[in-house]
Amino acid sequence: MADIGILAATKSAEHPVYRMIDGPRGAKPKNRFSRANIIVYGTLFVVALYYALPLYVMIVTSLKGLPEIRVGNIFAPPLEVTFQPWVKAWQEACTGINCDGLSRGFWNSVRILIPSLILSVAIASINGYALSMWKFRGSEVFFTILMIGAFIPYQVMLYPIVILLREAGLYGSLTGLVLVHVAFGMPINTLLFRNYFASIPEELFKAARVDGAGFWAIFFRIMLPMSLPIFVVAVIIQVTGIWNDFLFGVTYISSPDRYPMTVQLNNIVNSVQGVKEYNVNMAATLLTGLVPLVIYFASGKLFVRGIAAGAVKG
Amino acid sequence: MTVENASVSIKNLDLSFGAVKVLQNLNLDIVDGEFLVLLGSSGCGKSTLLNVIAGLLEPTDGQIWIKGKNVTWAEPSERGIGMVFQSYALYPQMTVEGNLTFGLRNARVPKDEIKRRVARAAEILQIEPLLKRKPGALSGGQRQRVAIGRALVRDVDVFLFDEPLSNLDAKLRADLRVELKLLHNNLENTMIYVTHDQVEAMTLADRIAIMKGGKIMQLGTPAEIYGTPQNKYVADFIGSPSMTFYDGTVDGTVMKIEGHDLPLGAYQFTNRPGPGTPATIGIRPEHVMTGDNLRSAPYQTDITVDLVEPMGSDTLIYCHLAGQPFRFRMDGSAVVRKGERITIGIDPARASIFDKDTEERL
Ligand SMILES: Nc1ncnc2c1ncn2[C@@H]1O[C@H](COP(=O)(O)OP(=O)(O)OP(=O)(O)O)[C@@H](O)[C@H]1O
Ligand SMILES: [Mg+2]
Repeated sequence: MADIGILAATKSAEHPVYRMIDGPRGAKPKNRFSRANIIVYGTLFVVALYYALPLYVMIVTSLKGLPEIRVGNIFAPPLEVTFQPWVKAWQEACTGINCDGLSRGFWNSVRILIPSLILSVAIASINGYALSMWKFRGSEVFFTILMIGAFIPYQVMLYPIVILLREAGLYGSLTGLVLVHVAFGMPINTLLFRNYFASIPEELFKAARVDGAGFWAIFFRIMLPMSLPIFVVAVIIQVTGIWNDFLFGVTYISSPDRYPMTVQLNNIVNSVQGVKEYNVNMAATLLTGLVPLVIYFASGKLFVRGIAAGAVKG
Repeated sequence: MTVENASVSIKNLDLSFGAVKVLQNLNLDIVDGEFLVLLGSSGCGKSTLLNVIAGLLEPTDGQIWIKGKNVTWAEPSERGIGMVFQSYALYPQMTVEGNLTFGLRNARVPKDEIKRRVARAAEILQIEPLLKRKPGALSGGQRQRVAIGRALVRDVDVFLFDEPLSNLDAKLRADLRVELKLLHNNLENTMIYVTHDQVEAMTLADRIAIMKGGKIMQLGTPAEIYGTPQNKYVADFIGSPSMTFYDGTVDGTVMKIEGHDLPLGAYQFTNRPGPGTPATIGIRPEHVMTGDNLRSAPYQTDITVDLVEPMGSDTLIYCHLAGQPFRFRMDGSAVVRKGERITIGIDPARASIFDKDTEERL
């Protein structure tokens, strides 16, 4: 018996026979084709396909000429790749009276997005910081009211806001729309920032106060450098929300000259004159979706980390 | 001011969170250069008191004086205090040097002065090699040193510590405890130190304030707190294992408990009670005499050993005395077995006697 022990100790790893003598050791070997694996990966594959297929069809169609589309096989790759639909969608497609393509809507959307984004993230982060670190009398009530705001359906507020904007002389302007976006982004972003800051140890805040830092110094020099992930989350939420918005754009902008990209896209795709140019429509849609897509790709990892960090404590 | 050389004075301090009274009419004078420990069980208001002194919490009523100035309404940074927290509370995105200098930069201290102070603090705490690191790359002990350094560079009169060692492991805690004591000996600052660890309190303190429910139960030197606890709470709280208490009556020079009459000849009464006063006597496990020491014991009795708990340096014996579980401490080298009958001696002069109703020392 002693011999076996010695053998096992010296040679066990290499030789199957010794391995049998020795019994299990190290990591347990896994069966790649176990039933559980097949089910999990199979499901993932099907779901991935389900999501990817429409995108594939759109890309392929947008690269075909109209004659090729009329042939009818929507899954077939283009025989002759053409970027003409993309150029047309960007520069020439007609929406009502204007025939300068989506580019106009794109720049409108940028002009709406940038100030809305900066304002809403800046205000929400300061709100969240103040509500979690500098609790004042009534701060909880204030926060509750803000949260109730998050649960009121948009539809209810559409018309009252039209009146408000009209009284303020901002109805129909980009500024008015920016203000609406800032207001509607406020509850969710404030909640996000408040929860994130609440998860930062209180003693850190106390230490900074003993070190003579005031409201702004603590915010800019202690809290901001620690909160990149949550800022990324807020930026993503706001960019996608504002860029994809259709309802506010169509409600609060009065002239087609100033429509955001989504509204313009709708007008292109739904225009009834002439033939349906599927390739141009597909290209236009893809162009419109490009901005959120780029944001996702650029910040995916940070986004996940930020969501996790913000969700830990309430 | 009530005390001539008081460094910190707390006057009639009240603090409530809504209906919850956390501190009640608290008065405390801390002498210049003193090491004062606030000791008490969890939730008794130690941290709250420290935060009020630091200016991080507003009192409901009362005043805080530091160095002869009423600082009740002053900002934390204006009070001449430095504070060290249990969780270290280092700024994670700054280097150690950034952490040390943050407060000084806020106060617009000149650059060369900052350099001088950081160098001094780093030398005292032996953290020079760590200055360029971020807190994330430090061990717990190193982090706490940096946190102490952050208070040190502020060049303040009063240091406040809120359980600075309780996140460290036992060995490191003992090491840093000694370092803190040395630091205090060198600097001779006033230090106020919150803990719920008796050993830390006894070893570090010039004076200990025992707190309970937002009140100070006793304020005194470690020897006073240990030797002559002013009330039953303090007597029970200090000492590990704690005292055993017996209810009985004091009759002149005898304390009568069930089946035993303890002679009180040498006991120093604070206020001598009348005959037949109901009282409680508390006996410390380490004050029970055995073996050769028995000769000096004013009172002797026999017990049967129930349980032996060897702890190395000494041995705890569990038994019954006067119909109640009783434990005492023997030398670690003593050989005692369960079931054995041994003679023990009690010196009531070293015990503590409390009024049964008020629980105040007699
Ligand atoms: N913000 C607050 N609101 C209400 N009650 C509070 C608040 N902060 C503390 N308390 C209460 O005040 C009491 C004292 O708290 P404190 O933090 O001073 O205790 P402590 O003595 O430091 O205890 P520990 O040893 O656990 O740190 C506790 O009963 C606590 O529940
Ligand atoms: Mg505490």
